[in-house]
Amino acid sequence: MELVLFAGLAVVAGVAALLVVVQRHAVYSALFLIITMGALAGIYILLEAHFVWVIQVIVYAGAIMVLFLFVIMLLDIRREPNPWAPPDRARILVAVVLSLVLLVELGMAVGQRLMLSPAGGPDVAGGFGTTQTVGRLLFTDFLFPFEITSIILLVAMVGAMVLAKKHQ
Amino acid sequence: MRVPLEAYLFLSAFLFAVGVIGVATRRNALIIFMSIELMLNAVNLTFLAFARFLHSMDGQIFVFFVMVVAAAEVVVGLAIIIAIYRNRETVDVAELNLLKW
Amino acid sequence: MLEALIVMLVKIVVVFTALLLTVAYMTWIERKLIADFQVRLGPTRVGPYGLLQPIADGLKLMFKEDLIPSQVDRAIFLLAPSLSIIPAFIAFAVIPFGDTTTLFGLLSKPVPLHITDIDVGLLFVFGVASLGVYGIVLAGWSSNNKYSLLGGLRSSAQLISYELSMGLSVVGVLLLASSLSLVEIVRAQAGLSWWFGILPVPNWFVFSQPLGFCIYFCCALAETNRAPFDLPEAETELVAGFHTEYSSMKFAMFFMAEYANMITVAALATTMFLGGWLGPIAPSPVWFVGKVFLMLFLFIWIRSTLPRFRYDQLMSFGWKRLLPLALLNTVITAVVAARG
Repeated sequence: MELVLFAGLAVVAGVAALLVVVQRHAVYSALFLIITMGALAGIYILLEAHFVWVIQVIVYAGAIMVLFLFVIMLLDIRREPNPWAPPDRARILVAVVLSLVLLVELGMAVGQRLMLSPAGGPDVAGGFGTTQTVGRLLFTDFLFPFEITSIILLVAMVGAMVLAKKHQ
Repeated sequence: MRVPLEAYLFLSAFLFAVGVIGVATRRNALIIFMSIELMLNAVNLTFLAFARFLHSMDGQIFVFFVMVVAAAEVVVGLAIIIAIYRNRETVDVAELNLLKW
Repeated sequence: MLEALIVMLVKIVVVFTALLLTVAYMTWIERKLIADFQVRLGPTRVGPYGLLQPIADGLKLMFKEDLIPSQVDRAIFLLAPSLSIIPAFIAFAVIPFGDTTTLFGLLSKPVPLHITDIDVGLLFVFGVASLGVYGIVLAGWSSNNKYSLLGGLRSSAQLISYELSMGLSVVGVLLLASSLSLVEIVRAQAGLSWWFGILPVPNWFVFSQPLGFCIYFCCALAETNRAPFDLPEAETELVAGFHTEYSSMKFAMFFMAEYANMITVAALATTMFLGGWLGPIAPSPVWFVGKVFLMLFLFIWIRSTLPRFRYDQLMSFGWKRLLPLALLNTVITAVVAARG
């Protein structure tokens, strides 16, 4: 059952990710990215990440992508002209070849373990990945990074407001 | 039949490679940004997969921080793109060549 | 395994049908109530007391000509109404509308009256609510019409601004109930306490979190684009906002999405502040439905009473008044909860 769910979600995520990078219109890319993030949230549930998946939906799919869509719509981005024209074509081919090399390398690095690990691994302890566990860790072991992230968010907010302001 | 760790890692590697293709290939700054977000998501998946299979909560905490930093980065990056658009009327990265010799 | 699946399917069908019927008859209830407030009669001709009016309206909308302007982005134009209505219905998957029941002894073991209970139910509802913004933004953009675009962007800016205060206003409830699961939140409100030694008051969070309830209520009004926060879709403004170019069934879907959202936030307010399905004597779904209708009555009452906010007043209210108040509520609740 878990295998079926993972296979379905992985196919959706992979296909949507490919469609993100080949669209000519930025809005369609954003929509496919939302689908990818939704599929990934589903995969996170399979990985016992009970808090992280809902945070993925709220933050990534619900806030960050809305921000992307706002910017695309406000800046009135049009359809991109033909991306296969000659000056770009060589660059695109080189980029795709090198990315495929990267993919093969990563695949080899991952596949090495294929003979060693049993499928699935033992079950995790109860309470793994729940909100209570994450909260307890964030306020004890990881308190300092947690406070730093609040400052990061403050800096980002102030920076964005300053950068995007219209100067009279 | 449970899902092996390698399956998650293959998916994550694939998403990362697709993100790299997006960054290296496209000229629209917003789509490059979206490809970067795709790479960050792929890395999140790797962290969570290892957290599950090594029984360590550190992976999930790190994913939480990655998400926060990604949110901050998107906010600042989009503000920069808006500022560039106001100045140069374009988001095509090939046209942003003021610092070229 | 099969019995559990069948039970869940039956629950889904029942909830879905009940929601659709309630959405349809909300239009009737609203028109009748507003007519009462304005000392007139409302719909009376179609069927006894105008009860068949929603059916007549539905038929009319179905038979209207379905216009799709030529320059719109077709795929997204057709997708946007669905994106608007789906999150409104999905949020109901985690809302508990009753205690466990055996259907008067028909079932072998008691069945809990909620479709599912995930341990992050509250966050799930907020995640789904934040997905509801897409329908509006994409509808406004795909219409290829500057009024629609501006209406859509304004409406979605309003939604995301009030989402913040809504989430914060609920943190007090979360602190008192110590759980994100909606079923646990309802159970934490069980029991009576005696004020001044003589007055029996149920342990509902509306009594221990009055500020939180008020903030949540205001944010719920803004989230569903209801008066007095309905500027983005008022007929006199921006030609009709983001649904200018929509006609027939697609317009009907936006309409249904608004009412479905209203029912969802009313059900959430009931679950989090009014004690969900708790109540003596009567069966629990009756209490739940009664409390939801009380909240819906409040929504309609406020719509017919208050004038509309201007857009800058609306945004200023959300950011400069509700957000600090919600933070204050969180701090006070945290201090009190930590001490006692």
